Amino acid sequence: MAAEEKTETNAEAEKATVVRTQDVKKVYIMGEEQIHALKGVDLEVTQGEYLSIMGPSGSGKSTLFNMVGGLDKPTEGKVYIDDVDVAQLDAYELAWLRCRKIGYIFQSYNLIPVMTALENVTLPMVFAGLTSDEARDKGVKLLTQVGLGERVMHKPFELSGGQQQRVAVARAFANDPAIILADEPTGNLDLNTGREIIELLRQMNEESGVTVISATHDHKMLSVSDRVVWVRDGRVDRIIDRDELKIEVGTIDGHE
Amino acid sequence: MAEQHELNTQISLPLSKAVEISFNSVKIRFGRSLITVSGIVLAIAFLMSIWAGNAILDGLMAASDPKINLILQQKGIEIDPDSAAAIQQRSKDAWLVVLSLLVCLVGIANAMLMSVTERFREIGTMKCMGALDGFIIKLFILESTFMGAAGTVIGVVVGFLLTALLNMSSFGTVIFDHLPMVQILQDGVRAIVIGSVLSLIGGILPAYRAAKMEPVDAMSLEV
Repeated sequence: MAAEEKTETNAEAEKATVVRTQDVKKVYIMGEEQIHALKGVDLEVTQGEYLSIMGPSGSGKSTLFNMVGGLDKPTEGKVYIDDVDVAQLDAYELAWLRCRKIGYIFQSYNLIPVMTALENVTLPMVFAGLTSDEARDKGVKLLTQVGLGERVMHKPFELSGGQQQRVAVARAFANDPAIILADEPTGNLDLNTGREIIELLRQMNEESGVTVISATHDHKMLSVSDRVVWVRDGRVDRIIDRDELKIEVGTIDGHE
Repeated sequence: MAEQHELNTQISLPLSKAVEISFNSVKIRFGRSLITVSGIVLAIAFLMSIWAGNAILDGLMAASDPKINLILQQKGIEIDPDSAAAIQQRSKDAWLVVLSLLVCLVGIANAMLMSVTERFREIGTMKCMGALDGFIIKLFILESTFMGAAGTVIGVVVGFLLTALLNMSSFGTVIFDHLPMVQILQDGVRAIVIGSVLSLIGGILPAYRAAKMEPVDAMSLEV
């Protein structure tokens, strides 16, 4: 058993690093005050893993998440996505990165309200230069994959929260990204719907080998994560692997 | 090399697609667009009615018809262009035009600003999906153009018709005999240009600001 674990860790170590942060700091200036949201974070995310970033509100979790996703720039330090320093990218390259490499899922779904489910899913494909026909076929396929094949022409307001998040998941996969970034994907959903979304993400992660990075304080996320990064007070508090995690969750449950 | 090729295909958002997206956006938000457009219509109609009113009166005075002059005097309008009262009247008219231009400026800028700023989240989302700043600006230029063009044209027509109706009730159909068509057409074109330019600026400035932001900032911004 112990030997098996050993080889598994070795195999993971050999996998490529998709995201790497190097002493990332972020300072927000609020009037006279300086708020140190991140105080130097080093983190490596390997290809194909399902990583959860956990931490209380105000811990810097969302800030770290935004850095990792190339949505915001660090005040100090470097963020590498696929060994490319994000800070060095120009507007075109950054748009290309967001379009092709990364799929985003948000807490509040962020679908374009006036567009149908299909149009929402195909929008990133349009930005990527696909023709309308190609985009439509692929969009329908993705929506079918997330279980919304019957609802491609529905507008977001005609869909439930869980369904909207499914559309968002399909949209995130539009351009076959290497990384999925999910910011509190279950934050607005009830227990069961949240679980469905998590399972959907896990399933897509296993099928396509996409790396999933998710910021959350939903403990349901723990059971599917390969690794959990706890952020506290702008620093990485601890990183826990899947195997340790089960014991950890057990003790937490035991205490509660 | 492959990436370079993909980069190239991505940079161009075909105009037809952009027109389709922005036109649908105006159409689907019909209620909201209608409010924005009516803001523009009101502002332009006000400006146009002031201009058209002045033009109609000028036309009547230039006619030097004793019968018309009598009505003009009854209405308290000074027909002698060199009299003190007429000079005062002219400066008052000029004031009205300046005022209506200001109303136009504020009204249109406000309508367009509101309709764009309430969509900052959408702009942020589009950036996350890989939209270039240029795409977003392109979409909003088109939207502003659709709304601006519709609003100003309707505004000019409404403004002119209302003024003509109002003057007809005062002077009768005689105003159409002395209608300075060239002047009114010029005013109309001027009003359309002013309205279109204002709605374009009012629509693009906030869209440009949002497009230049980091996506997180655009999405979390409360306006």
